[in-house]
Amino acid sequence: MYTKKTLKHFNNPKNYGKIKDPDGIGKVGNIICGDVMWLYIKVKKDKITDIKFETFGCVAAIATSSEITELAKGKTLTDALRLGKDDIIGALGGLPPVKIHCSVLAIDALAEAIFDYLTKNKLPVSEDLIKRHEVIQKHKEVIEEKYHDWTEMEEEMHEGSNG
Amino acid sequence: MSIKKRIYLDYAATTPADPRVVKAMTPYFTNKFGNTASLHSFGMEAKEAVDKSRKIIADAIKASAKDIYFTSSATESNNLALKGLAWANPDKKHIIVSSVEHDCVLTSAAWLEREGWKLTLLPVDKNGMVSPDAVKKAIRPDTLVVSVMHANNEIGTINSIGEIGKICRERGIYFHTDAAQTFGKLPIDVNRLNIDLLTASAHKMYGPKGAAMLYVRTGVKIKPLLHGGGHENGLRSSTVNAPAIVGFAESVKICLQEMKQENRRLIKLRDKLIKGILKNIPDSYLNGHPAKRLPNNANFRFAYIEGEAIIMQLDALNIAASTASACSSPKLQPSHVLLACGMRPQDAHGSLRLTLGRWTTEREIGQVLKILPGVVEKLRKMSPFK
Repeated sequence: MYTKKTLKHFNNPKNYGKIKDPDGIGKVGNIICGDVMWLYIKVKKDKITDIKFETFGCVAAIATSSEITELAKGKTLTDALRLGKDDIIGALGGLPPVKIHCSVLAIDALAEAIFDYLTKNKLPVSEDLIKRHEVIQKHKEVIEEKYHDWTEMEEEMHEGSNG
Repeated sequence: MSIKKRIYLDYAATTPADPRVVKAMTPYFTNKFGNTASLHSFGMEAKEAVDKSRKIIADAIKASAKDIYFTSSATESNNLALKGLAWANPDKKHIIVSSVEHDCVLTSAAWLEREGWKLTLLPVDKNGMVSPDAVKKAIRPDTLVVSVMHANNEIGTINSIGEIGKICRERGIYFHTDAAQTFGKLPIDVNRLNIDLLTASAHKMYGPKGAAMLYVRTGVKIKPLLHGGGHENGLRSSTVNAPAIVGFAESVKICLQEMKQENRRLIKLRDKLIKGILKNIPDSYLNGHPAKRLPNNANFRFAYIEGEAIIMQLDALNIAASTASACSSPKLQPSHVLLACGMRPQDAHGSLRLTLGRWTTEREIGQVLKILPGVVEKLRKMSPFK
């Protein structure tokens, strides 16, 4: 199911853990769905000098987290923002179709970390990045709402059948 | 620490065939290969072997041999039970199944619901147990069948099927139980337990894949899914899989002979595993009933981490286990069993099932107890929650 490269990253992930005083943090995913990714970045002279992840999730979530840190490290912010899900999938030698969303999550986490850095430091944010940020936040809300309804429905079902 | 020899702790998924079973089957692939429907001596010897097997399997549940119908899988048996009953009894439009049944029961019931039948899903308590009272309350004048599994495949909880059977019998309602996880492992008497239909499968009990059965008590009105040459008394047309059925019967024979001592052995190993894990791994919990559980089932929840990651880490260390996390399922939904037990989706992601069997040793349990804490710790180091 998973490629050798994916399993290699999963079994020996690179750059995991916290960065103490990060310049930017990107938090994406939802615990109810089962994938949560946090990316920490250090930025110097417009370059990502250090990057670490903390991820709750499956093999693909951990492997894509590890891969994105490798791909982004040392890149300028502009170049890092050009990374797409296909760069991660390519570097991992492919991902199962149901796990593609994990690579999207990794890309989103990076964009959010950079967005966080730029806004915190009152630096100019491109229109493109603002749009990406809005889409990610909107998606988060949609999921939270969806699962809110769903958990309520479950509760009602339980109450209904107990009564 | 690494292990040279792979450790298999997924006996609830499937079991290796016992070499004694393979030995019993072998002649029916080669010399005694006849079609049971043929009139010549080749057909006769295959038919005799299947008849003998039918008797062994019937005796194991105190049933009559003519009430055993061979199928290809527990999935087929469960489909046949629900759909076959529904089609044969069109005046009864209400079906009751528990919310923790195997997918093949749940999706068959849901399909019937779309076709116009009414469906009640029975709730379970936090241990995954169906309450006989809930069955009583769910029954309506047009109820056709109640289907409640004997023991759950994920969390191993054993239901009080005797009580449920009695309730159904008193009201003239059919009672079906999916015994895929218990046949050959727990004693079953279809008369004492008031069971009308029962599903069992060979590959869960050291027999071959591709052999299963549905017990249907004489007098139960049921229609076939498969039409053709009229095999299995017209209820299940298909060339009879004689070698697999012979293997099925052999596996039943061995399981019955060894049941008592094997259960004693497994319970000891299971409890060592459960105690060791709960003691050595912080924020770990047991899923399922603390006492009324299968002798070979241990199911845990580990906070802050995800199940697929746990089993793949274990796999890399030569330990085979299973999980019901959302990420590991094709639908990306957390286990319906754990959710039905009242677990929150975020908690249901971190489940790990370890199921023991005939070749599980104390040494292996010791190795798992040494390796698992490190795996959980490693994944927790990567997790944002801790």
